[in-house]
Amino acid sequence: MTIEVRNIVKRFGAFAALDHVDLKVETGELVALLGPSGSGKTTLLRIIAGLEWPDEGDIRFDGEDALQQGAGERHVGFVFQHYALFRHMSVFENVAFGLRVQPRAVRKSEAAIRARVHDLLDLVQLRWLAERYPSQLSGGQRQRIALARALAIEPRILLLDEPFGALDAKVRKELRQWLRTLHDEIHVTSLFVTHDQEEALEVANRVVVMDKGRIEQIGTPAEVYDNPRTAFVHAFIGESIVLPVEVRDGRVRLGASDLDLAADGAASGPSQLFVRRHDMDVGPVDSGVLRGAVRRVRTFGPVQRADVALTSAGGETLIEIDTPRDRRLAPGDVVGLHPRRYRIFAAEA
Amino acid sequence: MGLTLTWLSLIVLIPLAGLFIQTADLSPAEFWAIVTSRRTLNALKLSFGLSLAAAATSLVMGMVVVWALVRYRFPGRRLFDAIVDIPFALPTAVAGVALTALFAEQGWLGAPLAALGIKVAFTPLGIYVAMVFISFPFVVRTVQPVLQDLEAELEEVAVSLGANRWHVVVRVILPSIAPAILTGLALAFARAVGEYGSVIFIAGNLPNVSEIAPLLIVIRLSEYRYADATAIAVVMLAAAFLVIFVINRIQRRAQARAPAL
Repeated sequence: MTIEVRNIVKRFGAFAALDHVDLKVETGELVALLGPSGSGKTTLLRIIAGLEWPDEGDIRFDGEDALQQGAGERHVGFVFQHYALFRHMSVFENVAFGLRVQPRAVRKSEAAIRARVHDLLDLVQLRWLAERYPSQLSGGQRQRIALARALAIEPRILLLDEPFGALDAKVRKELRQWLRTLHDEIHVTSLFVTHDQEEALEVANRVVVMDKGRIEQIGTPAEVYDNPRTAFVHAFIGESIVLPVEVRDGRVRLGASDLDLAADGAASGPSQLFVRRHDMDVGPVDSGVLRGAVRRVRTFGPVQRADVALTSAGGETLIEIDTPRDRRLAPGDVVGLHPRRYRIFAAEA
Repeated sequence: MGLTLTWLSLIVLIPLAGLFIQTADLSPAEFWAIVTSRRTLNALKLSFGLSLAAAATSLVMGMVVVWALVRYRFPGRRLFDAIVDIPFALPTAVAGVALTALFAEQGWLGAPLAALGIKVAFTPLGIYVAMVFISFPFVVRTVQPVLQDLEAELEEVAVSLGANRWHVVVRVILPSIAPAILTGLALAFARAVGEYGSVIFIAGNLPNVSEIAPLLIVIRLSEYRYADATAIAVVMLAAAFLVIFVINRIQRRAQARAPAL
């Protein structure tokens, strides 16, 4: 099942939650909608599910107009951040709900319902909890039951709204892996919302980065990480060092000094230089285009993180860099810095 | 813990024990005679029967009011919301006088009803009306906050699973708020059984016809038949306790399945 989102606009009063959004999801993909809170990602998901209606635009499932159908007719599985399990029903009945409320004409027999629910509970590896109530389960178990319940209706599309948002870090990581494997098994077109970049990059085939109701970039995890199209994407995904620079005639200037860097075709004017923390090489004082004094050094795991005050900038700018541990740094060292890879974006007006 | 129990004993248990001690003045035979006398039985039947009916009515009415207040935004909603509290605040005698005036044969509602051959004031029907009036705010105020807090997501997920409106209400919403509904029912019932002030104005208080048990107790007291009064009181206490206990058990079962997540 493909999902096509065309030119969707949704306003809440004067606030545009979605501002002319276009998106196409191919059959069997697992796509992440990534963005800060208020970026419109959940609203988009709810519109696709039929829980919210757009002011303008079109939603098509396999070319068919989905806006003609209510949420119940779209055959979309929806998983909420806080599970939304029916607490007065056992795990079994929760999963069976979608099968039991079907119109009598198409409803399965009791035996068929039991078999289907047991299959689903096996799929999420929680068959042993069938007779328990939601309040007796852990967060991770609840979310897996919520997923089994959504899958019971054989949804054409699976939508997950911050599915791991309410879980602690460790369970989150496990569940992430598990969702990835599950998707490889069942291959239902899936869309999930997250504000956690690591989650998006690790789980999804493609990532849709959103900000302020607009899509900033769509691409594979590697694409959005390595080739961010906008300053927002660069800043939002991965850790970045940002320096305010000025581009003039193809030269990059930081304060009064001319950095010996190619402007990469960036237009003249006030701009921002983006460098990944680990893309900043540290060397002897005269080795790089920037110079700085080390203020503080912390080491953990394979990296050494240092706060460096840039002296070559007009004022003193403090940046954080990551270097391998074998290159010893100590507070007070004066070092040269050279961006191995960098991007220049026009400064936002 | 100890303090709580002491307080509970002082405030609740000691007065109740006093009631039983008073009754102990009577021999079992005397007690039985008082309790099974025609007038007592009729009064008890009237009190409990009408209270149950009134509580059930309050439940239905109250649920409709709760639904309107929680789910719809309409002009005057807050005023309407405040009006629900009036039976709480109104001295019950005032409520009784007002209802009697309204339902008397020349009253605004009494006159058209009388034309239809329905007599409300000074009949058991009047008692029932007064009981509904004073008990339905209990249902509203216990169920309202719970329905308000019920996550919209529960309904959304049900709809996305293909449930129609009927299924959403019957299979999701009502079971989710069942404990609150039962509490509301128990409170409404307790209030209706115990109601005195408003009922005696509208009841007419004919022995065996429209005389409620609390009134009979007061009559016995004014006749200085204290033992008779306490005997009836003990029966009322036991019966009321039984009803509340049953409702509580049902509620416990509902709650055991659906504790707050």
